[in-house]
Amino acid sequence: MHRIGVFVCWCGTNIAATVDVKAVAEAARKEPGVVFATDYQYMCSEAGQALIRQAIKDNALTGVVICSCSPRMHEATFRKTVQAAGLNPYMLEIANIREQCSWIHKDIKEGTEKAIILARTAIAKVMLNKPLTAGESAVTKRALVIGGGIAGIQSALDIAEAGYEVDIVEKQPTIGGKMTQIDKTFPTLDCAACILTPKMVDAAQNEKIKIFSYSQVEEVKGFVGSFKAKIRKKARFVDENLCTGCGDCTSKCPSKKNKNEFNLGLDNRPAIYIPFAQAVPKVAVIDAEACIKKKTGKCGLCEKVCSAGAIKYDQQDEIIEREYGAIVVATGFNPIKLDKYDEYAYSQSPDVVTSLELERLMNAAGPTQGTLLRPSDGTHPHTIVFIQCVGSRCDDARGKSYCSKICCMYTAKHAMLIREKYPDTDVHVFYIDVRTPGKNFDEFYRRAVEQYGVDYIKGMVGKVIPHDGKLLVQGSDLISNEQVKIDADMVVLAAAIEPDPTARSVATMLTASIDTNDFFTEAHPKLRPVESPTAGVFLSGVCQGPKDIPETVAQASACAAKVIGLLAKDKLLSNPCVARADESLCSGCSVCQNVCPYGAITYEDREFRIPGPKRSEIRRVAQVNEAVCQGCGACTVACPSGAMDLKGFSTKQIMAEVDAICR
Amino acid sequence: MQEIFGLIKEKAEKLFADGSVNRVLGWKKGETEYDRIPSVFESAEELEEFVYDGFCAANLSKYLIRESREDGKIAVLLKPCDSYSFNQLVKEHRIKRDNIYAIGIDCDGKLDIDKIKAAGVKAIQSIEENGSEVIVHTLYGDKKFNRQDVLLERCLCCKGKDHVSGDEFILAQNRVDTTVKDRFEDVRKLEAMTPDERFEFWRSELSKCIRCNACRNVCPACNCIKCVFDNEDSGVAAKANVDTFEENMFHIIRAFHVAGRCTDCGECSRVCPQHIPLHLLNRKFIKDIDELYGEFKAGADTETKGPLTDYRTGDAEPSLISDRGGSN
Repeated sequence: MHRIGVFVCWCGTNIAATVDVKAVAEAARKEPGVVFATDYQYMCSEAGQALIRQAIKDNALTGVVICSCSPRMHEATFRKTVQAAGLNPYMLEIANIREQCSWIHKDIKEGTEKAIILARTAIAKVMLNKPLTAGESAVTKRALVIGGGIAGIQSALDIAEAGYEVDIVEKQPTIGGKMTQIDKTFPTLDCAACILTPKMVDAAQNEKIKIFSYSQVEEVKGFVGSFKAKIRKKARFVDENLCTGCGDCTSKCPSKKNKNEFNLGLDNRPAIYIPFAQAVPKVAVIDAEACIKKKTGKCGLCEKVCSAGAIKYDQQDEIIEREYGAIVVATGFNPIKLDKYDEYAYSQSPDVVTSLELERLMNAAGPTQGTLLRPSDGTHPHTIVFIQCVGSRCDDARGKSYCSKICCMYTAKHAMLIREKYPDTDVHVFYIDVRTPGKNFDEFYRRAVEQYGVDYIKGMVGKVIPHDGKLLVQGSDLISNEQVKIDADMVVLAAAIEPDPTARSVATMLTASIDTNDFFTEAHPKLRPVESPTAGVFLSGVCQGPKDIPETVAQASACAAKVIGLLAKDKLLSNPCVARADESLCSGCSVCQNVCPYGAITYEDREFRIPGPKRSEIRRVAQVNEAVCQGCGACTVACPSGAMDLKGFSTKQIMAEVDAICR
Repeated sequence: MQEIFGLIKEKAEKLFADGSVNRVLGWKKGETEYDRIPSVFESAEELEEFVYDGFCAANLSKYLIRESREDGKIAVLLKPCDSYSFNQLVKEHRIKRDNIYAIGIDCDGKLDIDKIKAAGVKAIQSIEENGSEVIVHTLYGDKKFNRQDVLLERCLCCKGKDHVSGDEFILAQNRVDTTVKDRFEDVRKLEAMTPDERFEFWRSELSKCIRCNACRNVCPACNCIKCVFDNEDSGVAAKANVDTFEENMFHIIRAFHVAGRCTDCGECSRVCPQHIPLHLLNRKFIKDIDELYGEFKAGADTETKGPLTDYRTGDAEPSLISDRGGSN
């Protein structure tokens, strides 16, 4: 005999303003099986929870329905509440009458009607709930960090500091990421390399941290606490353990005309190279597409000069399998490609550069050794125009709808540094808005304007026309309401940033979700900002959304704290809502095994009684490994015979819900 | 087919004689001149009843689910299109391959008795197949047909004369290609209809259904231990179409269940006593799968995962469905 209790939450006015909560409780009380129904202002508060516990005891309830916010918010809270009153925590159902009802309706009559239906649906389901018990699974005390930029490095250092092993997998030949390419950092103007490279070295020297550079994660299987990853260590044709990073090979290499990625193609590098002087690991790598030996079989100069004997032309990619308890995604960003913004003449003139290219042009380790010179003729530019929001806050399909967040500040930095170093240079900045929230940020921008005399023009540029070695910039000044023409020597474009192109494949591999811009989605935008909705997967840095360095580092450490919290546990409670195969219906067709993303299904030959003279037959039937199953339900819908069912979400329960809605 | 009939029978006798099999799965004559029944022959003597002609259309592979679990080895005769179903059943672990000796046999297209009857032929006494001619001897005299005109629809869009599996093959000297029609031609006609027209078309076809379950029982892909429609726990079990929902949904659910596994053998439409073109539902799925995930032939081998049970990162995004007008 069911004895169901229904508890309707007001959520202050969040629900009560659009849903007549008393009417919902009243309607629920009339449902068969319901013996108790009430409403309360804040069901999740201590008083609200006490009310639930008391009602369970007083009415000997066998099941509980709570009409409140999304189960993602408080299901865990209320499970504990009913458990404290002696009920199995899975004898609880939440009817989401906030996100799915009060927040999306304006009319109280409509809202109330829908809330009643949702309550009825949850009551229909809870009637078919069965007590479930969570199992336990072990935690592998090691974390995987995908991406070795400042975010990945910081997360790894913090996790290692707490005493856990960390692997950093970086696809480039060195860790360090975008920050290695930046010259100075706002708002304090300290040099990026000076603050980053010690961290890179710390990571390399930390005995808990293992760096897989020039490597990529190819496959991740398993679940929180127990992931198995396959890492492809790409052949760099140089033995990492033997190479001393002396650089003899790079100076002898005859294939010198290859685009230097580190300097964004503004100069060239040899086929065998070390990305930059402070690279970690400081080991050479051979670009097989540029290497004469790899292409023609002749040359071998680097091998001859290498006194360590580290050159290995026949090195192959290596697949490494490692187990992890937690995974940190720190895949970072890239500036967008500017091929769709031809009005700014980026592809027509070498003197139109992106802000990141400007960083290289101003950096002492850059192609011009830190002297700002025009890429076209190597002369000193006297008029420089900065164009903001190139592809950011863009309402057409060429760009991104979001604000890239870092551009206002780095442009102020660039303008200020140029005016400081080359006071004879005029600097103009075209902007839509200047956005500088952050500690000491607005002061920084004001210094650029007030102290350094940078000319900020509110308005956008319509066209940049290369002519006679100059760049004619045509824009509008919205404040004085006039057209502006500037004869510039250089134009710098603040290109929008976008997630690294690998974000999508990494998300797919981890079954973590990404938004329409390919930024990773957090479990809760406010309350769980560094966790992905996929258990055991954490987010660090710009992969989750545009961020500057201070924010990235803060998030990376927050992310590490979450990882440490997970790795500190010896056992994890597993989700008991897992699949189960009804052997009497299973045909052993393997469809479920094909669709199972976790590899939780195996087959066994079992003997079954059958009518007829043979009396029994051996049949191949599916078995679910409950420790591995994550309850995604893919098998239940793929099974043609309906032999697979999900505990807690059985087909019968779902049909009962549908029936209750249609009633 | 007379030439290979002899060869098949000889082969079957030899298999019995040397003890390599203890049963042969083939066809025997039924009550009428055009009725051919799948049959298990247990000795060389029983083979006297064995027949192979233009009416041996039945796909024998499904019978192996039961027969391959019996003691001993069974020889089975597979026409090219049956060999796809055979592979699919092996892939789904529904038949025990080790207990089977599969003989791929030639096929020059199977005959459609309904087409013959539709030409006004009555009181059939015997039917003679003579190359490209079919001569029907009746009480009222002989009637000649061009063989191509009285073939089953599925043979007009034959998948090809090559077997995709088999331990041995018995093929005719002169092999006949019967393909004259693109098998998606009729699907395209359906797709060109407005949603209302299409609904009307299926409504009128499916309302003819008497729920005899012949389509399900003959279908090699419909091989569940217990069909959901027979499972009282599923809440949809019933024997007769008690309401319009069921008569509409039975076939649609069945098409969903076999999607990605259906080899387009066409048995469902061949056995339907109400002549519902059920194969069109399956072919629509096949066409969609081909378009969304690249061409795929269920049963072409015994290993490849079907596109509906195999996720690849390059797979079509769900939004593609609405781009294709799926919201209608």
